[in-house]
Amino acid sequence: MMRLPQFHYYRPRDVDEAAQILAGEDDAMVVAGGTDLLPNMKRRQQTPRTLVALRHIDSLKKLTNGAGLTIGAGVTLTSLEQNKTVKSAYAGLWQAAAQVATPHLRNMGTLGGNICLDTRCNYYDQNHEWRKAIDFCMKKDGDICWVSTGSKKCLATSSTDTAPALIALRAEVELVSAAGRRTLPLQHLYQDDGIHYLTRRREEILTNIILPQAGATRSTYWKLRRRGSFDFPVLSVAAALEFDEHDVIADARVVLGAVASQPVVCAAVNEQLRGKGLTDEVIEDMAAACAKAAKPVKNTDFAPHWRKRAVAHVTRCALRELRGDDMRETRKKLARQSLI
Amino acid sequence: MSNTDTFSIIGKPRRRVDGADKVTGRTCFADDIILPRMLHCKLLRSHVPHARIRSVDVSRAERHPGVNLVLTGRDFPNEYGILPVSQDEQPLCRDKVRFVGDPVAAVVARDEFAAEEALDLIKVEYEPLGTISDPVDALNNPAARLHDYSEEGNIHKRLSYEFGDVEESLADSAHVFEDVFFFEGNTHLPLEQHAAVGMQEADGRITLWSSTQCPHYVHRAVAKALDIPMAHIRVIASPNGGGFGGKTDPFNHEIVVVKAAQMLGRPVKCCLNREEVFYCHRGRHPVLMKFRTGVDENGALTGMHLQTLLDGGAYGSYGVASTFYTAVLQPVTYHLPRYAFDACRMFTNKPPCGPKRGHGTVQPRFGQEVQLDKIAAKLDMDPAVLRLNIVEKPGALTANYLKIGSIGLAQCINTVTERCGWKDRYGKLPEGKGMGLACSSYLTGAGNSIYWNAMPHSGVQLKLDRSGKVTVFCGATEIGQGSDDVLVATIAEILGIDPLDIRCVTGDTDLTPVDLGSYSSRVTLMMGNAAIQAAERARGMIAQAVAEKFATDTGSIAFSNGRVFEIGQPEHVLSFRKALVCAEEMHGSLGTTGSYTPPDPPGKYKGGGVGPSPAYSYTAAVVEVDVDTETGWLTVPRVYIAHDLGRAMNPVLARGQVEGSVYMGLGEALMEESAFRRLPARLSNALVHREPSMLEYKSPTSCDMPEVITDMIEHPDDNGPFGAKEAGQGPLLPVMPALANAVYDAVGVRIDEVPITAEKILQALDDKARGGAGRVGPDSFPDIEWPEPFRVPPPWEGGDGNAVNKPARKRAAKMHEMDKFKKVDAS
Amino acid sequence: MNRVTTLKRSTQENAHISCRVNGEPVQVSVAPCKTLLEMLREDLRLTGTKHGCELGECGACAVLVDGDPILSCLSLALDAEGCAIDTIEGMAQDGQLHPLQAAFADLGGAQCGYCTPAILLTAKALLDRQPNPGRDRIREALSGNLCRCTGYQQIFEAVEEAILRLRRTEQGTDLKSVPVGARHNP
Repeated sequence: MMRLPQFHYYRPRDVDEAAQILAGEDDAMVVAGGTDLLPNMKRRQQTPRTLVALRHIDSLKKLTNGAGLTIGAGVTLTSLEQNKTVKSAYAGLWQAAAQVATPHLRNMGTLGGNICLDTRCNYYDQNHEWRKAIDFCMKKDGDICWVSTGSKKCLATSSTDTAPALIALRAEVELVSAAGRRTLPLQHLYQDDGIHYLTRRREEILTNIILPQAGATRSTYWKLRRRGSFDFPVLSVAAALEFDEHDVIADARVVLGAVASQPVVCAAVNEQLRGKGLTDEVIEDMAAACAKAAKPVKNTDFAPHWRKRAVAHVTRCALRELRGDDMRETRKKLARQSLI
Repeated sequence: MSNTDTFSIIGKPRRRVDGADKVTGRTCFADDIILPRMLHCKLLRSHVPHARIRSVDVSRAERHPGVNLVLTGRDFPNEYGILPVSQDEQPLCRDKVRFVGDPVAAVVARDEFAAEEALDLIKVEYEPLGTISDPVDALNNPAARLHDYSEEGNIHKRLSYEFGDVEESLADSAHVFEDVFFFEGNTHLPLEQHAAVGMQEADGRITLWSSTQCPHYVHRAVAKALDIPMAHIRVIASPNGGGFGGKTDPFNHEIVVVKAAQMLGRPVKCCLNREEVFYCHRGRHPVLMKFRTGVDENGALTGMHLQTLLDGGAYGSYGVASTFYTAVLQPVTYHLPRYAFDACRMFTNKPPCGPKRGHGTVQPRFGQEVQLDKIAAKLDMDPAVLRLNIVEKPGALTANYLKIGSIGLAQCINTVTERCGWKDRYGKLPEGKGMGLACSSYLTGAGNSIYWNAMPHSGVQLKLDRSGKVTVFCGATEIGQGSDDVLVATIAEILGIDPLDIRCVTGDTDLTPVDLGSYSSRVTLMMGNAAIQAAERARGMIAQAVAEKFATDTGSIAFSNGRVFEIGQPEHVLSFRKALVCAEEMHGSLGTTGSYTPPDPPGKYKGGGVGPSPAYSYTAAVVEVDVDTETGWLTVPRVYIAHDLGRAMNPVLARGQVEGSVYMGLGEALMEESAFRRLPARLSNALVHREPSMLEYKSPTSCDMPEVITDMIEHPDDNGPFGAKEAGQGPLLPVMPALANAVYDAVGVRIDEVPITAEKILQALDDKARGGAGRVGPDSFPDIEWPEPFRVPPPWEGGDGNAVNKPARKRAAKMHEMDKFKKVDAS
Repeated sequence: MNRVTTLKRSTQENAHISCRVNGEPVQVSVAPCKTLLEMLREDLRLTGTKHGCELGECGACAVLVDGDPILSCLSLALDAEGCAIDTIEGMAQDGQLHPLQAAFADLGGAQCGYCTPAILLTAKALLDRQPNPGRDRIREALSGNLCRCTGYQQIFEAVEEAILRLRRTEQGTDLKSVPVGARHNP
C-alpha cells in the first residue's frame, strides 16, 4: 500500500484563518480535493510538513451569478459539470471540466485544484524509488532535466484542462493572503517554468475564479488523450469567439494546453481572427498557426512530433464547432464520449 | 453428450457459485487476511539495473522502532525458479542484482509505516556492471553476462527444428513471402496486487496464503528455497483478483514471508504496491519475428520457416517454454505441410518476462495472420476464403506431431463474416473505414507438467454423507475465471443435484488433491475430467445401494433434480439425501477420487513435449476500425468474435472469458506496452521501466471498449468434459492481427508491429504519401548462430515422431542448484 | 473553529473519528496520516473495499461519501469526520442482495470480483440519482473504474438488468431482487 508521509493538518473554517496559518508556516501547502497533492505526497514528489485543508471553508464552494459568474475555488468539477449556466453560457469550461480525469476524481477535485495542478512529466510523476534509479530530476531532489539534459529550466508540462478554457473565456482569479487580496487575469497566474509554473506566492490562496458575462461569446474545449477517461491531456485546444451580427469575429481567444509548462495563448492567432469570418480558409490558416505555436516536449504520452501534428487537426475541430458545424461524430471519436 | 438439452446444469446460463460472495465483498483476497499479532513486510528493491552487491548494512534498520526483523540474501541459501532447467532466482539477491526492482533486503515490522521507514536506513553498496537493454544489445555484448548458466553470453536458450525440407518447399512454391514483425512486451496488470501471508503453526509447520494461480508450484518452490519438507508446508491459494498468467511463478515475497514467519513465530504479510507488481512482471515477451512462407497459386501454405527472438528479461521464469510457444502452435490453425523454426531467448536487465494470456503464441499468431492478409492481397483473394481453404482438418496430426481433436474454425470464420456483412463491406468501405479478419487456435492445457512426472495433472476428491451434502476438493485455483463454478456444475450435473448442495474446497495443498494450477487453459478440461471420474464413481456407489433397495440393477437407477429413482418406476424414488443414507449404510463412509492425466503426445523427439494438448480451441475475429487520415487517430467501433470452445459449461462465464480476452487483446493492440527507458549513457547507468503505474500503463477504460458481438461455437472435443475446450486465452489471439489488417483495409498501410498507435499509422501514411511502402515495422532480423536443427520428418513423409538426427547440444553450465532440486523432489 | 492536529507517523498519536458507516454510527481511533481506504480496511476491517494503485489511477477503492462515489485512497481519514460512508458490506439489506448485486452475480458482471465492490457502489450512486440511464451514461459513469477481466460489456448489461428489476420492484410486480444465497433452479 502506498502510504502518506507525516504531516500537520489544519482545518480552517474561513479563508482568513487559512491565510493566517499559511503566513505562519514555512513549509505548508493548501489541499482541497487532494486528488493532485495526495498522490504526489505518496510518491514523495511533494512533501509539505503542513497541510491546510480548504474543504471546510463554505465560502469557497459558492457559484455566484452576477455580471458574470464567480466560481469558488472549492467548487468541485462535478458541480461545475452539473451547473446549467456553465453548460449553456461557458460551454468550453463545461467541456473541460467534464473531461478531467474520471467521474470519481471530479467528485473530489476542485476547480481551484485543477487550475493549480502540478505540472507533469514522466520523469517526475513516479515513485521515489523509481526517481532514485534515474538519480532524480531538477523538479524534485535532483539537478538535471532528463527531458532535455541541456535545459536550464524544468520542462514539466502544464496539464490542467480547465485553465486553457478559462483563459479563453478571459477569466480572472482572486488570490488572498494575510497581507491582502489581489485579482489578476488567469493567464498571468502562469509562467513557462515547470517548477515555478504559478506566479501565486506560497502564502496566497486561490479563492475565486471570475468569468465575465458570456454575452455572445461561444466557447469550446477539445482534449486529446490516449483513453476516454483517467488520462491527462497530451494536447488541448480551448477557443472562445465573439461574433458580431454579421458572423464576423469581434473577439477571439485560442489557448493551447499541454504543450508547454503553461497554457499557451495564441496571441497572433487571436489577432488574425479578429474581423474575419470563419471560412474554411481562415480555419486552415489558424490551424497551421496554432501548430506552429505548440512546442510539445517528450515527457507525456504520445510522441512530441505527433502531438504537434495533431494540433492543427484539433484546432480545426474546435473552430468548426464554433462555426456551427456538426462535430458530434468527430468529438465522440476523439473524446470517446459524447459530451452533450 | 452432444446436445445441451440432455443436461440440466451444463450449458445453462447460471449465477456462478461464488457470485454472491463476489458482489458482497466477502471474497477474501490475500491482502484481506488479518491475523492476530500479524507483522508487515516490505522489500528493498535494487535501484540499479545490473550490479554486484558489495555489502548490505542493515544495522540502522534493525534498530528502527517497530522493526522486528531484517532479512538479506544471506538468509536464503537456495535458488528457486518455476522450471527445473532455470533455477536462477533468489528470494533476496545475494551476489548480484539484475534489474531495477530486484529485491535485496526485507524488513518485517509492526506496520507498513515502520517497515517503509526502515527500508530507507538500509545501506547497499553496489559495483555497477554493464547493462543489457534489449536482445540485440545482448547479442552484441556477451561479456556483460547476467547468468553463468546461459548457453553463451546472454543467450538463454536457442531452439532449432525442421519438420520436412522447408527450403525445398519454398523453392517449389508459386510465391514466397518474407516478413519481419515485432510484438512489444506488455503485462497482465491484475487489479489485485500480489500479496502473501506466512504463518507458523504452534507445532512448527507452515501455512502460506498467497494470490497465486499455482499453489502446487509455490509449494515446491518454498520447500526448495527454505529446505522445509513439503509435508510441513500448506499453501492456500487465495482467490486471485485477476491473474492472466502474472501469478503463475513463485515469487520472492512468498518465500520471504514464510522465512520471516518461521523466524519470528508470528504471521507476516507482504502486499506489493503497484510499482512492485510491474517489477514482478512475467508478462508478454517482446518478440521479433521473421516469417518465410511459401504458398501455391491458390494461397495454400506449402512451407514455413519462422525465426523468433525473445527479450526474456533478467530471469528464466517460464522462458524456455515461452520460447517453444513462439513457434510450436503455428501448424495447428492451418494445414502446413512443412515447417521449420528457430527460436532464441535472451537475458536483459529488465523484469523477467513469462506467461501472459496466450503464452508465447500470441506474437507469432500476429505475424502469421498479418502475413496471410498480405498473401491474400497479393493473390487478390478474399482473406476469409483464403483461410477457409486451408483450415486444418479435425483429427489431424500436424507436421510437428500435435494431435488435434475437434476444429470449429470454418464455422467461426463463417459466423463472424456473416455477422459483420463481410462480403458486402470488406474492401468496399469508404477511405478511413476498414475491417480485418484473423484467426487463431490455442491449447486446452499443456500436455506436460512443468516438471517431469507420471502423476495426474488434476485430482478431485468427493466426500458425501447422510446430510445430503457433497463436498468437493480440488487443488485448482479460482482466479476469477470461474473454475469453482465448473467444478461444482460438473459434480451437480452427474449427481443430479443442485449446485448449492455442494461445498467447494479448492487450492489448498493440505486439503485438496494436487492440481497443477490455473494456467495454460488447463483447468476446465483437466479438473473437469477428474471431477467427472470422481462423480461417476460416487454415482456408482449410490446407484448400487439404491438398486439394492428397489431390488433392481444399477443400470436402471437415474439421478435427476435432487432425486435418485428407478427408471420407469415412479414409486421407486428417493431424495438424494435418503439415497446417501442408503449408500452410507451399504458402503460405510462415502468418498471417491478422480484424476486426469493427458494423453501421451505422438511427438517423441526431444522438445516434443511443448505444444501437445488434449484439445485445441479455435477463434475467428473481425475488427472494424475508423482511421483519421490526418492524424492516424484510431477508433474501433465493433469487434465480432466467434470462438469454438467445444461446450460452454456456463455460457455466462464462457462469454465473459471470450469478451475479457477481446478486451485484453485490444489493450495490447492499441495501447498497452511494457516499455523501458535507458538514460543517456554518458550521464547515467539507468535502465528503468518507463512508466510503472496504472495511469501510464494504458488499460482501456469503459469509454474505450467497443461493442463486442460474441458467438460461442460448440464443436465438442472427445477429450473435453462434456466436450468442453478452453475459452480464456484463445480469443485474445486474433484481435491484434485483425486490427492490423483492418487498418490496411481502411487506409492501405501496414503496421507490422504491436501496439498499433496513431503515431505509427501517421508515420506509415506519410511514408506512403512520399511514395514509400506505407509500412511501419522492423526491417531485419539479426544474424544468430543457430544450432543444428532436430530433423523430424512429418507424418506424411514417413516420420514416426522421432528425430532422424542427433544434433549435438552444448549443455548449459551445470547449475549447482539442480542437485538440491532433485533432493526436495524425492522427499 | 480552527482545529489543529499534530501528526507524526511513527509516534502515532491516533485521531478519533466519528462518522456513519453503512448507516451505523462508528467511532474509530486511527493514525492521522491514514487515508479513508486504510481506515476502512485496517482499522474497521471492512476489507470489501479494495485497492489497486492507491494513487487514484484505477478506481478499485471507490466508496460512497454522503452518497457520492469517491476514491478512498485519496481521501484523508480525518476528513471522514461527520460523513456518511457506504461500503460494499452495507449494500445488501436485510439479507437481500441489492438488485445491482444480484444482476452482477447472475450476468457475469463480476469475474475475479476485485473491481466489483467499487463498480457496484458507483453504479448504485448513478441509479440513486438517475433511475433510467442509457448505455452511454452508464459507460461514462463507470469510466473511473478499471476492470481487467470482463471487457465491461457484461457489466453494462448487469446494470441495465438491475434497472429493469428495480423498476419492476417499484411497480409492485412479482420480480423481487434475488435473496442472498438464492437457490438456483435450473
